[in-house]
Amino acid sequence: MSQITKSEPKEALFSKKNVKILKDPLNESNPVTVQVLGICSSLAITVKLEPAIVMGFSVLVVMACANLITSLLRNLIPNRIRIIVQLVIVAALVILVDQVLKAYVYDVSKQLSVFVGLIITNCILMGRIEAFALANTPWKAFLDGIGNGVAYAAVLIIVAFVRELFGSGQLFGIQVIPDSWYLDNGGWYSNNGLMLLPPMALIVLAVLIWVQRAKFRQLIEN
Amino acid sequence: MKIFQNLFDSTRPVVTTGKLKGLYPLHNALETMFFVPNHNTHSGAHVRDAVDMKRTMIAVIFALVPALLFGMFNAGYQHYKAFGLLTEGSLLSQFFTIQNFMFGVIRIVPMIAVTYIAGLAIEIYFAYRNKHAVNEGFLVSGILIPLIMPIDIPLWMVAISTAFSVLFVKEVFGGTGMNLLNPALTARVFAFFAYPTYMSGDKIWINTSAEAGAQVVDGYSGATALGQLATTGQTSYSSMDAFWGFVPGSIGETSTFAILLGAAFLIYTGVGSWKIMLSALVGGLCMGLIFNSSAHLLDPGAMRSYMELPFYQHLMFGGFAFGVVFMATDPVSAAHTERGKWIYGFLVGFMAIVIRVFNPAYPEGIMLAILLMNVFAPLVDHYVVQANISKRLKRLKLQQA
Repeated sequence: MSQITKSEPKEALFSKKNVKILKDPLNESNPVTVQVLGICSSLAITVKLEPAIVMGFSVLVVMACANLITSLLRNLIPNRIRIIVQLVIVAALVILVDQVLKAYVYDVSKQLSVFVGLIITNCILMGRIEAFALANTPWKAFLDGIGNGVAYAAVLIIVAFVRELFGSGQLFGIQVIPDSWYLDNGGWYSNNGLMLLPPMALIVLAVLIWVQRAKFRQLIEN
Repeated sequence: MKIFQNLFDSTRPVVTTGKLKGLYPLHNALETMFFVPNHNTHSGAHVRDAVDMKRTMIAVIFALVPALLFGMFNAGYQHYKAFGLLTEGSLLSQFFTIQNFMFGVIRIVPMIAVTYIAGLAIEIYFAYRNKHAVNEGFLVSGILIPLIMPIDIPLWMVAISTAFSVLFVKEVFGGTGMNLLNPALTARVFAFFAYPTYMSGDKIWINTSAEAGAQVVDGYSGATALGQLATTGQTSYSSMDAFWGFVPGSIGETSTFAILLGAAFLIYTGVGSWKIMLSALVGGLCMGLIFNSSAHLLDPGAMRSYMELPFYQHLMFGGFAFGVVFMATDPVSAAHTERGKWIYGFLVGFMAIVIRVFNPAYPEGIMLAILLMNVFAPLVDHYVVQANISKRLKRLKLQQA
């Protein structure tokens, strides 16, 4: 009975602390550009914008739900087998997402192929669950999941935007660079084929990190 | 020269302590083009030599002149040959004409200009940003990049490739002397993968822009010797043609003879490492011999005929000679230890032929081989140094025992 009287005053849903949890991953502790996690998938599926957005959204949903569920179960999970439990939670969510994608956006799901399944091994997910969800209340864990998911999706979209625009002259599959510009049609322009290859994704990502660090100098390690 | 000396002397106070302080790197860069600057050594004991970095770079440019001039003649020669516009006469009288030379000059000089503008713009920007003098490293790259491009490539592609390589291979790693890869080759690799239709195939090596009252001759093929070899297993060019350089190809790489002149100059002046050149040659010959002796294991076909190409001919076709002499010997990205240079050079030659023969899509295997070995050069050096340390430790133990 005495426990009730000890409990802390209720925190507002969007208190300063909670907003910070939500906003931090967008810049200062961005999972991709600062912690350099989840690189494999951001190289693989950023050739075009559409799959990148779908992928970003899928990870966002999985991450928010996985964080929430893990946080709800955090006092029940035996420490020794926690990785297995986390994997089961994430795997179940990924299968759900995969089925939804197959049902509603089949073409994109085909393009993403194995990378939806590989969300299970996304370092950001396991990292957030291990580092945050296991030690925080469900609402906070959920916000953290949303924040990190949005941050991951944002990086994906930026990289995919650059790659699709310069690699195939399109955005969302629609030609944006006029046809008459192309050398084949008597113009002067040509798409950059390297943009379609994974190495260029790495370089675009590197430029993104470069720009971010040039702007926020506190991110530079000594 | 007195005028320039006075000009630089009179403007120096303004840019060092005066109002136009921001212009000092530019002033310094211009001055060092004319004179050896009177910089003092600030700390420690240094041995100073009259042959500083600028002199080294200029030596490489001198070595490149034969290949550059030959490339200018060849660009015109290939063009007029494709249209059947060559006058009757011996090969030499057809080749060394003013017409041929001017055709090359008006296409190659803008390419060199664009390369310098794109590269130096970035170099100067970073020199300002990091407050150091503009380095002379780009002097050589600026000539090398046009020499390894096909004659027909649009100038903006040259500019973008140059900008990419200067930015991501040099400046990101800390500027001249810090680059992991050879900047000129990186520019070519970038162009090769980014704009494959303008960097490979059989349409781009000879300029076939329309010529009044003339048609491209019957039986014209724009493919390079290596392109022909990769698709059919045989080439219509003799190895003598390839040695002297009367074949289509990137601007400066066709004439093995002109490149050998440059190589002799580099070795004689001590600017290029003869160890790398020789070991790369041996590596190429070795792999060629292995292919020659194992070709009979394959079913007859283009691949087998390619493997049966006499091993010494590999050295004359394509960019092998150019790469080995001017790219592999880059003092920054090559191995630094003397023993390491042998290993590095050998593997460059060896890998170049492997890539060239096994992957018909990359006839210029030398380009990828050198970049690959650039990445491995520090590792080679590391093991050479470690081997030396353990050898000496062993000797020490023996002495003490």
